[in-house]
Amino acid sequence: MADIIKIDDNIYEVPIGYRPGMRVPGRVFVSAALREMVEPGTIDQVANVASLPGIVKYSMAMPDAHLGYGFPIGGVAAFREEGGIISPGGVGFDINCGVRLLRSDLRAEEVSPRINTLIDALFEAIPSGLGATGRLHATDQQLTEAFVNGSRWAVEEGYGVEADLTHCEESGRMQGAEPGQISAKARKRGRPQLGTLGSGNHFLEIQKVEEIYDEAKAKQFGLFKGQITVMIHCGSRGAGHQICTDHLEVLNKAVKKYNIDIPDKQLACAPLGSPEANNYFGAMVCAANYAWANRHIIAHWTREVFERYFPGSKLDLVYDVAHNVAKIEEHQVDGRRERLYVHRKGATRAFGPSRREVPQAYANVGQPVLIPGSMGTASYVLCGCDRALELSFGSACHGAGRVMSRSQALKQFTGQDVKAALNRNGIVVRATSPGMLAEEAPQVYKPSGDVVDVVHNLGIATKVARLAPMGVSKG
Amino acid sequence: MIAFEYLEHTADIKFRAYGKTAEAMLSNAAAALFNCMVRPETIAVKETWRVELQADDLEDLAYQWLSEIVFLFETESSVFSTFSVRLEQDAASAWRLQAEIGGERIDLLRHAFANEVKAITRHKFGIKKNEVWCIQVILDV
Repeated sequence: MADIIKIDDNIYEVPIGYRPGMRVPGRVFVSAALREMVEPGTIDQVANVASLPGIVKYSMAMPDAHLGYGFPIGGVAAFREEGGIISPGGVGFDINCGVRLLRSDLRAEEVSPRINTLIDALFEAIPSGLGATGRLHATDQQLTEAFVNGSRWAVEEGYGVEADLTHCEESGRMQGAEPGQISAKARKRGRPQLGTLGSGNHFLEIQKVEEIYDEAKAKQFGLFKGQITVMIHCGSRGAGHQICTDHLEVLNKAVKKYNIDIPDKQLACAPLGSPEANNYFGAMVCAANYAWANRHIIAHWTREVFERYFPGSKLDLVYDVAHNVAKIEEHQVDGRRERLYVHRKGATRAFGPSRREVPQAYANVGQPVLIPGSMGTASYVLCGCDRALELSFGSACHGAGRVMSRSQALKQFTGQDVKAALNRNGIVVRATSPGMLAEEAPQVYKPSGDVVDVVHNLGIATKVARLAPMGVSKG
Repeated sequence: MIAFEYLEHTADIKFRAYGKTAEAMLSNAAAALFNCMVRPETIAVKETWRVELQADDLEDLAYQWLSEIVFLFETESSVFSTFSVRLEQDAASAWRLQAEIGGERIDLLRHAFANEVKAITRHKFGIKKNEVWCIQVILDV
């Protein structure tokens, strides 16, 4: 077995031969300190992805990489249209799990005295947690519209405003939705859950801008020190989970049909252009659009709550990013422009100013890259850089990354301890299942600042602002 | 023989479930899946659900079975504590499963959730038969 090679202070290479069948090397973007936290199983997963047909350049892992299923969490890989594949293992069950950031015109000192009331009201207004169904009661027709038109549909239904759409990755609607590829089961799970936050690590958080690192870019993003922001972290709920489950079965058959050698059944895939690949892509796009509609609706209800307590205040969309998705993008490969299927599994697109996909409002600086902290720790806003295109197909990290197992967390913390500790730090928490707080204790994650420093130092995305939590509503 | 055990996993939940028969193993796997969400002693059997599935091999059938339980949990807003499984293999060697699941509607006052299982992964998913049947599963939570 070949050894891992240090290429640079923040780049480690997993050479071909580390595991059998690798077609390209792996690249792990970590500092020396974070390298210690990367488990051998995670490196094996990077190597497994490197063995998939049509992979371009490297199988990559971001600094928050940790053990996943199929791809590692924090994994990025791009595949050629000719000879490449698409795999749900590179997207995950929670298709278009993502992050949305809203900026207010309120200052922390205005909101701070009413933070308890505000979090209680948000907790009431936005259904979350197990068994939660939406306030929406979407019809079957509306569900189809959400699958096909995403945020565009939500705005037409009166959730949010037109300007929101230009401040979303893909304008909140990916092309190529095929609602015919969605099973009755996925529809049954998805319909009642449209407009719900979910549980686990998903949250809605009221934050204050604690630190500005880059005044000019912060100004461009409409951020200033002491400002109140709202962050929404959720995805495509049961619809996405079921779509992934359904297509995994189909693609495991496709692997046999097309004689593809895969080291892990979660890496089930099909050759690009095959009916199985097209069907999965069309269904995945539906789930991605559902997630954008979902975050749009939640943002709308958040605005309603703010309007009740702070009449006339504004909550404008800074940006909305997907961090579990596969997309068709053009990239420079060996001096040629190629159309690639870029898989980001727990990784955020981080495009710099040279890309036309960056919204006009940010065209001269690059897209906002939103990195949520774990519960009770800071989140970061970064700005995508063109250097990311050379290093990582324009991709950055997506969060802090777990270092401690759930069972270990449950041995060390109780939900009550975690809540009390957060309260001592002035952070208010409301949760449907307090028992689940223990597993999301801040200590079970890597320090998010260290993770963000790696992408900053590599020039993938540079730091713009740090956001400190004031109140959290969770499932 | 223990019915199931949880193994260390950083991000998700990994378990092995055992059985003297494939049926018992699948029943214990369903119990392991639910046990990590809600304590079974808090679940009363007030209703039953019937499940019928078929697949070309036992591993695919097991994957469908556990995925079906997640689907029922979500769409029926119910929690389950009894799983009675019957397996058959037909002449063309396809596997058929018939099961009866017992449980009740979710009542958040009595059912304290420790996790929510999103899906069953195929990562390192497998069945082995030595002295007893054993299935290994990693859950996405």
